[in-house]
Amino acid sequence: MSLFDKFTTLQETRQALLQSGVNPFHLTVEKILSPTEAIMNGRHTILVGSNNYLGLTFHPECIQAGHQALDQEGTGTTGSRMANGSFAAHGYLEEAIASFYDLPHAIVFSTGYQANLGILSTLAGAGDVILMDADSHASIYDGCRLSGAEIIRFKHNDVSDMEKRLRRLGNRATHTLIVVEGIYSMLGDRAPLAEMVAVKKQYGATMVVDEAHSLGILGEQGRGLVEEVGAEQEVDCIVGTFSKSLGSTGGFAVSRHPLFDMIRYASRPYIFTASPCPSVVATTTAALRVVRKHPELRQQLWANANRLFNGLITSGYTLGAEVGPVIAAMIPNKELALTMWQGLLEHGIYVNLMIPPATPNGECLLRCSVSAAHTEAQLTHICQTFHTLKEQFLS
Amino acid sequence: MTPYVEILPQILETLQPFTKEGQALAEETELVSELGLDSMQVMQVLLKIEDRFDISIPLNNLPTIRTVKDLGLEIEQLLKN
Repeated sequence: MSLFDKFTTLQETRQALLQSGVNPFHLTVEKILSPTEAIMNGRHTILVGSNNYLGLTFHPECIQAGHQALDQEGTGTTGSRMANGSFAAHGYLEEAIASFYDLPHAIVFSTGYQANLGILSTLAGAGDVILMDADSHASIYDGCRLSGAEIIRFKHNDVSDMEKRLRRLGNRATHTLIVVEGIYSMLGDRAPLAEMVAVKKQYGATMVVDEAHSLGILGEQGRGLVEEVGAEQEVDCIVGTFSKSLGSTGGFAVSRHPLFDMIRYASRPYIFTASPCPSVVATTTAALRVVRKHPELRQQLWANANRLFNGLITSGYTLGAEVGPVIAAMIPNKELALTMWQGLLEHGIYVNLMIPPATPNGECLLRCSVSAAHTEAQLTHICQTFHTLKEQFLS
Repeated sequence: MTPYVEILPQILETLQPFTKEGQALAEETELVSELGLDSMQVMQVLLKIEDRFDISIPLNNLPTIRTVKDLGLEIEQLLKN
């Protein structure tokens, strides 16, 4: 017996997938060509599963900023901000994020995953309660576990279940941190935030909203769902990532609370890790400027999302949620989902294959993430291929 | 406070629809390995139990709940608090 024995089942599953000629979890991008195109398996492929919502990964302003930072500040920071000191650019990025949200405080983390780990594990602690949506991202689950708080889940997007659980907590409700997401990554559905905020207020709880998939997408200024529903005064903290709509890597948290900056001195995932490297900080700061300067990117994303959504609906697919940057086609079973995912790839289209246990309600999904950079020709090809596969496998 | 002896029959009643035909339920029945519940069904069972006793079972405590008896003792403890 060895500690490694527990991986035998995983290995067998992987082997079975390889033998069937499908290996959705170990694809290599042999060459990236643009925000929406790559060479995969030697084939020119349209990327519809990369969360590159605004298509900024090749934006000239971002690339130039990255080059300049590399030349002037080097390749890395070689340590944490607490030990090695912050580069001035870390501070500029935090000012830029705070200004974007029109909030006084921002903290930058090295990844989006660490932003959730850092905020949730520090804001709540032993003796507190975290009330989280059952369909939350793994980074939220892990952040909650690291906190040492009592963790209670409520049914996904179910305001009455959330309220019921707050009521059951009695006096402890005021020491409860509610965690929800703006847009949920699997199905693309949104939290009923206005109603949730009203309940949160009624019970005196604290609320964190993860806008990973809604930053740059929702709201007049692109700040996310909190802005869209006018809850900026009520939500206590917003977390997010730079690795989706901003085309970079890293994470952040913003808040108006006067003590928010103290989290920096207590958060282990912030303190005990290398700070973001200069080129990443520079491309992120540039991407934020681009998002502010070019609201037409957001409009183009929505036009493209509507185009793909309507195309899939017309072909008869059942989709996970309303129109949005994440469009998930529900497939009846795992075998069909694998076959259709492979079919898409053979037609030069890469989407995310999502199967249980990673999915809510045991769903099998072909998950598309739309980009403002998708062209009309690409969207037509994607819709036509989905239509062909529907006729072939689901009729 | 509701004692364990009063909680047990209510758990058994809630679990009954999740058993296979002819399967007997007892205190030592294991919820996952014996009843064969998948993660979705475990979630459904917990929701029913939680609503029945008007409690929330913390996620932190789930790893220690293997059997019907474990579940009953957890409910008893939560009701006591």
